[in-house]
Amino acid sequence: MFEKTLAELAQGLNAGDYSSVELTQAYLDRIHKEDSRYNSFISVTAEQALEQAKAADALRSAGNAGPFTGLPIAHKDIFCTDGVRTSCGSKMLDNFIAPYNATVVEKFNAAGAVSLGKTNMDEFAMGSSNENSFYGPVRNPWNTDCVPGGSSGGSAAAVAARLTPAATGTDTGGSIRQPAALCGITGIKPTYGRVSRYGMIAYASSLDQGGPMARSAEDAAMMLNVMAGFDPKDSTSLEHAVPDYCADLNQPLKGLKIGLPKEFFCAELNPAIAASVQAAVKEFEALGATTQEISLPNTHLAVPAYYIIAPSEASSNLSRFDGVRYGHRCADPIDLEDMYKRSRGEGFGSEVKRRIMVGTYALSEGFYDAYYKKAQQIRRLIRQDFIDALQQIDVIMGPTTPHPAFKLGEKTSNPIDMYMEDIFTLSLNLAGLPGMSIPCGNTAGLPIGLQIIGNYFAEAKLLNVAHQFQQATDWHLQQPADLFPATHNTTEAS
Amino acid sequence: MQWEAVIGLEIHAQLATKSKIFSGASTAFGAEPNTQACAVDLALPGTLPVFNAEALRMAVMFGLAIDAEIGYRSVFDRKNYFYPDLPKGYQTSQLFHPIVGLGHIDIELANGAHKRIGVTRAHLEEDAGKSLHDQFPGMTGIDLNRAGTPLLEIVSEPDMRSAEEAVAYVKKIHAIVTTLGICDGNMSEGSFRCDCNVSIRPKGQQEFGTRTETKNINSFRFIEKAIKGEIERQIDLIEEGGRVIQATRLYDADKDETRSMRSKEEANDYRYFPCPDLLPIIIDTEYVEAIRATLPELPDARHARFMEQYGLSDYDAGVISAYRDTADYFETTARVAEDAKLAANWVMGELSKFLNGNNIEICNSPVAADILGQLLARIKDGTLNGNAAKQVFEALWNGETDVDQVIETKGLKQVTDSGAIETMVDEVIAAATPQVEQYRAAEPDKRGKMLGFFMGKVMQASKGTANPGQVNKLLKVKLDALCD
Repeated sequence: MFEKTLAELAQGLNAGDYSSVELTQAYLDRIHKEDSRYNSFISVTAEQALEQAKAADALRSAGNAGPFTGLPIAHKDIFCTDGVRTSCGSKMLDNFIAPYNATVVEKFNAAGAVSLGKTNMDEFAMGSSNENSFYGPVRNPWNTDCVPGGSSGGSAAAVAARLTPAATGTDTGGSIRQPAALCGITGIKPTYGRVSRYGMIAYASSLDQGGPMARSAEDAAMMLNVMAGFDPKDSTSLEHAVPDYCADLNQPLKGLKIGLPKEFFCAELNPAIAASVQAAVKEFEALGATTQEISLPNTHLAVPAYYIIAPSEASSNLSRFDGVRYGHRCADPIDLEDMYKRSRGEGFGSEVKRRIMVGTYALSEGFYDAYYKKAQQIRRLIRQDFIDALQQIDVIMGPTTPHPAFKLGEKTSNPIDMYMEDIFTLSLNLAGLPGMSIPCGNTAGLPIGLQIIGNYFAEAKLLNVAHQFQQATDWHLQQPADLFPATHNTTEAS
Repeated sequence: MQWEAVIGLEIHAQLATKSKIFSGASTAFGAEPNTQACAVDLALPGTLPVFNAEALRMAVMFGLAIDAEIGYRSVFDRKNYFYPDLPKGYQTSQLFHPIVGLGHIDIELANGAHKRIGVTRAHLEEDAGKSLHDQFPGMTGIDLNRAGTPLLEIVSEPDMRSAEEAVAYVKKIHAIVTTLGICDGNMSEGSFRCDCNVSIRPKGQQEFGTRTETKNINSFRFIEKAIKGEIERQIDLIEEGGRVIQATRLYDADKDETRSMRSKEEANDYRYFPCPDLLPIIIDTEYVEAIRATLPELPDARHARFMEQYGLSDYDAGVISAYRDTADYFETTARVAEDAKLAANWVMGELSKFLNGNNIEICNSPVAADILGQLLARIKDGTLNGNAAKQVFEALWNGETDVDQVIETKGLKQVTDSGAIETMVDEVIAAATPQVEQYRAAEPDKRGKMLGFFMGKVMQASKGTANPGQVNKLLKVKLDALCD
C-alpha cells in the first residue's frame, strides 16, 4: 500500500480493495511509527483525517466520488488550516491556530482529499536544507545524516519515506524542486499566479508559488488539477483556463525540442549530476526529442538579484508578526518598543532575522535605487533570457541542483554556500515560469534531480514530458533502502 | 520685519464605500470594537488584499472635479512602519504613481477676489485602526474597525498664505467631496481631517522656511486656530533668535496650542516599495469618460447658477451650494414655495437654527424640503405672517406634516380684515395711556421707534395672526392723529 502512487490508490479505493479510513489509518500508523527518524511532520491531525476519510467513504458508497476522494496527502505547514496549528516552522507561530483555510487547502477539502497533517519546513520558507525549522531539522530518508533540502523539506522527506503518497509544497526560489531533487521525488512549481496564494503564509509575494510534490508526474498532474485556478481572493492569481493536466500525459515526445543552457553545465556542477542529466537527455532523444545548446546569459545574476528582492519583500511581509494580535509575545514587556523587540527577537530564528535585516537595508532611503530597483531591472533581463530561449525550443532541461544532498550542518556556517544550492532554480521564480524536478539518477546512494522548464502556463507540457520519461525509466520508482525495516514490516507493503 | 506664511495642506477624506479598500468588511462607523475587522483587516498570516473598484471610481471622480491629470496606470506602494493599530506593519498607499495627479481649485478671498490653489496629487490609501489608551489601565486597546477604510489623501501645493486662505481651501475641498457623494464629510467622526504644513519667510523671499506639520485637525475652526497659532509661534521663535525645527506637531484644541510630537531625526524611514500583492491599476479613457458623464453639478457651477437662476446674493449662493444636501434641499423648497429668496432665508435661518441646535444633518431634517416649501407658499400667498409661520414650522419640526391643517387647528391664519384690526388697535391705544403720552411728547422723528411697543401689543392680542403691515399703518395713522 505504501508503495502505491495516488493514481494506483485511487484505483484501489474504487475497486474496494480498502476504504479511505483503512488507507488513512495505515498512513497515520506509519507516520506514528517511523517519523521519529525523519521529523517530517510538525503536526499530525489524526482525528480530522479519519473524519475526512469517513466522509470520503460515505461519498464513495453514495456513488459521488471524484478522482481525489479519499486520497491522503499532507500540507506544508505554510498553508493555513482551519482549527489546526499553522506554524510556518517558526516559534513565532507555534501558538497560532489558523481560523480559516488557505484556498489550496479548501480546494483539496472540496475534492474529498484527506489531510494527514502539516509538514516540517524551513522557518517562513527561508532555507535550502530544512535546518532552519523551530521544530528541528528534517532528515533525508536516503541518508539520515543528510538534509532533505528546503524549504519544503518535510513534504519531500514524507513523500520519499512513504509517510504520505503526496504533499503540497511552496517554491519561492526552488523550495519545491530542490528538496524534490534531493529526496528523489517529483515536484512542480507552476507558473506564478497559477495556484492561489491566499492562506499561504507569504515569504516573498512576487515569487511564492504553491505546487504538488509526489511520487510521479501523473500524481503531480492529479494534484495540480485540484490546486490550479483563478482565485478572487488573490489579486495576483491569473484568469487563465485550467486544462485537465492528466489529459495529455501520454502524448508522444517525437519532435520535442529541448534546450540545454550552457550556463547550467558549469564548473560548480557535480560531475555525477552532469552525467546523469546527460544520460536523461539521451533518453529523451531516444523518445524522439531533439536537443540544442542555448544560452541564458544572465543566469549568474539570479542569486544576487533574488537575495535582494526576496528579503526586501520578506522584511515587509513579516512586519505583521509583532506580538500584538497573534503569535509569540514576550513575557512582561515594559513598553511598546520592548514588546516589539523582544517578541520578534525571541520569535524569529537567525536566518529569518538575517533576511529581514538584508531586506530592510536594501529598501532603505538612499539604497533603494542601488539595490531593489537594480535587482528588479536584472529580474527583467533574466525573464527576457527565458522568453527569447523559449521561442526556439519547447522545454529547457538541466540539473535541479549543483550537488546532491549534503550533510546536516555542512553549510550552516556559510549562508552564501547555502544560497548557491539554488543557482539553477531561483531564476525561474524571478521569471515567473513553471519548472519541475524529477528523479534521473543517483550518486553515492543519493538521488539526482532533472529540472524541466517550460513556457508560461506550460504545466501540461512539463507533466507530459516528465510522465513519458517515467514510463521509459524507473528512477522515480527507486526508494531509500531501509524504508521498511524488518521489525516494522507490514503486510500492506507489497 | 514683514513675515509671510506658506501653507500646504494634506486632507484625508474617507471614501464612502460600503466595504473596505482591500477587504469585504463593512466601513460603517460606531460599531463595537473589532466587529468590523475581517481576517484581511486583522492581517492574519496568509491573507491578501483585493482592491475595491468603488474606491477607484470615487478617486477618479475627484480627479475630474478638480480638473486634474488622471493616473491611467497607478500603483500601490507599501509604507512600512510599526504601530499597534497598523496590523500589517505597513500602510498600503500610493507614492510613486498616484491615481490623481496635478489639479487645482479656486477659492474666494474675503475681499471677493479669487485665488487658484494647486492640488499636487490625490492618492488612495488605507486607514489605520485606533489605539484606545484610557479604557484598560496599564494597557492599550486596539480597535481595528477603521483599519482598511479607504482614504483619499489630497495634497495641496504650498500656495496658501494665511489661515483664512487655508480654511477657504479646506471648505472648498469639503464641498467638492460631499457634492460628489464620495465622502460624508463628517469631521467630528474623522471622515474628513487635515494635516497642516506651515512655514514662514520674510516677505519677498523666494526660498521656503523650515516647516512643521500639524496632524489630524478635525474642524474648520481648529484648522484656522492651529495655523494662526503656529504662524505666531514661528514668528516669535525667529524674532527671539531661535529657529524652527522640522517636526510633526499635534494640535491641542483644549489648550488651543500645538506641541511637538516627533522631530525629523526621530522620523521613520518608510522604505516604500511597490506592493507585490496588488497589480498596477490600469484604466482607459473609456472608463474615465464614463465617470465624467456621471459627475453631479459641482459647487462652483451650482454657486454661479444659484446667483443667476434664483437671484441669490454671492454669499447666500456660496453657503447653500457648499453642501450638496443643503443645495438639494434648497432647490426643492424653492420650487415648491415658488420663491427662491424666501427659501434661501428660511434654509439658512430658521431651519439651520433648528438643525444646529439639535445636531441633526439636513438630510435627516424632520421637516422635509417640500413641506417647508408648502409652508413658505403660505407666507407668499398672505395666509401666514412671518411670526405665525415660525409657529407652524415648530409644529412641523415636532412631527406635524400637513401645513394647512396646522394653520387651521392653531388658528394662525393671518387676520387681514381691516375692521377686526381697527378694533384691536383702538383697544390697545385706549389701554396704554402712559405710552400714548410719551409718544405724543416725543420728537416726530423719534416716534417711529416707539411704534414697536404698540405693534407688540396688537400682535399679542391677535395671537400673532394680524397682518403686520396693516397694523403698522393703522397704528401710525391713529397715534399721529392724537398728536395734532
